Amino acid sequence: MDTTYKKLPSKPVDVKKRITHWLIAIVSIVLIVWSCTGTDFGGIKASAAQIAGAIFSGIFHPDWSYVYNGTGEDLISQLWQTICIAFLGTFISAIISLPFAFWAANTRHKKWYASRSGKIVLAIIRSFPEIVLALMFIKAVGPGSAAGVLALGFHSVGMLAKLFSEAIENLEDGPNEAVTSVGGSKFNIIMFSTMPNLMPALISNTLYRFDVSIRSASILGLVGAGGIGYPLIIALQYRQWNRVGIILLGIIVMVVVIDWISGWIRKKLV
Amino acid sequence: MSKNDQDLMNLPKKKFNIMNLIWLVIIVAGLFISVNVTNTHISVLFANFSQFSDIFVQMSHPDWSYLGAVIPLLLETIKMAILGTVIGSVVAFIYSLLIARNIIKNKVVTGILRFIMNIIRTIPDLLLGAVFVAIVGIGPVAGIFALAVFTFGVVVKLFYEAIETIDPGPIEALTAVGANKLQIIWFAVLPQIMTYFISYVLYAFEINVRASTVLGYIGAGGIGLYLQQTLQVFDYAKTGTIIIVIIVVVVLIDYVSSKSREALMK
Repeated sequence: MDTTYKKLPSKPVDVKKRITHWLIAIVSIVLIVWSCTGTDFGGIKASAAQIAGAIFSGIFHPDWSYVYNGTGEDLISQLWQTICIAFLGTFISAIISLPFAFWAANTRHKKWYASRSGKIVLAIIRSFPEIVLALMFIKAVGPGSAAGVLALGFHSVGMLAKLFSEAIENLEDGPNEAVTSVGGSKFNIIMFSTMPNLMPALISNTLYRFDVSIRSASILGLVGAGGIGYPLIIALQYRQWNRVGIILLGIIVMVVVIDWISGWIRKKLV
Repeated sequence: MSKNDQDLMNLPKKKFNIMNLIWLVIIVAGLFISVNVTNTHISVLFANFSQFSDIFVQMSHPDWSYLGAVIPLLLETIKMAILGTVIGSVVAFIYSLLIARNIIKNKVVTGILRFIMNIIRTIPDLLLGAVFVAIVGIGPVAGIFALAVFTFGVVVKLFYEAIETIDPGPIEALTAVGANKLQIIWFAVLPQIMTYFISYVLYAFEINVRASTVLGYIGAGGIGLYLQQTLQVFDYAKTGTIIIVIIVVVVLIDYVSSKSREALMK
């Protein structure tokens, strides 16, 4: 039998491509090795497995008495507070985002530096740590959920305005031209072509941001800006693993339910 | 102008939609409730605005001599982000092969594994940090674990969706010539999804750099530690330095990574 059939033809070789691939691979391996240096993995506490086990068993044997006891310090009211912080924060940021979005949107009728500067401003807002913002607002309005609302409201602008501006960039000029051609004013254009076309994208992005805000709001409590994070950090510090378990469970259920509802609304919108 | 012409001048009336009204009522009610629950009054902000702006002014006069102390922790932060991304995405890679319905045909297995994945995805990054600090103790290791789990949550969903959208032809061809599962993955699945994988890992890395900068605040290593220390003693000039360094690094890494993702996808 002729054995040549059994051999596959050799792959075509593109030297330039191969060199770049190898270079990228080497650089990434060097980076990974570099990041392993200096990290002391021996520093893990001996009790690590035990505590992890305690938290896990806490999740499966939660402290049910904490769920609702009517004092306003229980799980349900803290979760409700978290949701309210996220809701109000998202609402504020949606309003602030609109002008920013029109500033940053790269449409045809604008000079290039207008949208570029808007994009840079948004990138800076996005990168400004949320927790620091929360602490600054705590200084201004005192600890509590108000600081959380304001921090969320301002921080979300960075991402939300970016999404909005992308929606504006994706708008088609047709409806605008149609309104102009029958003699519509600038106000008419906004009322009858821009806004109706933009609305579904705006609502869907705001809902998406609400999902993210729920997660952020449950973190903000770690620094004292209201919500479920505060009782969690207290429970972790006092090693009440059952309570840690029920709080984690509560957060997971809350996030899943909110994700599900907003996903359902978004699906109906599109 | 005849009456008919006048009618033409008017804009057509919109049809009244009861659902819109209901949504409006829900949103307004939600606003009232949340203002009540959170006790937010904009007036308080304006009353104390001088304090807020004062912090801002102090931050905008950063203390550059502090830069020397910041850089080592900054490097630690980046190391944490890299390690967290690598560990998380390696685990996510294996996991995504197990939950892709075109590779594992058993719906019970994929269903259960997907349920676990969805639960992990819901936990926010800083909460993971707080829990891991309690488990492994204060230090960058807690941060690396937190970032790894967080990366897993972000990446695994993108991974398995990419795997499920591949062209089934190569898989069928390999099955037809008698290849086993590993060979199918290596020769039919991987070549189709490699670019997506790399791009998603880079995307996760961007998110992780952002997340790792604040993880230190709760004791999980990195530059956030100094953030907490300087804020505690009200040394806002130093805080300003840290924030500027963070913003520069985050924007720089975002830029490099998004450019390389664009180059990949070409």
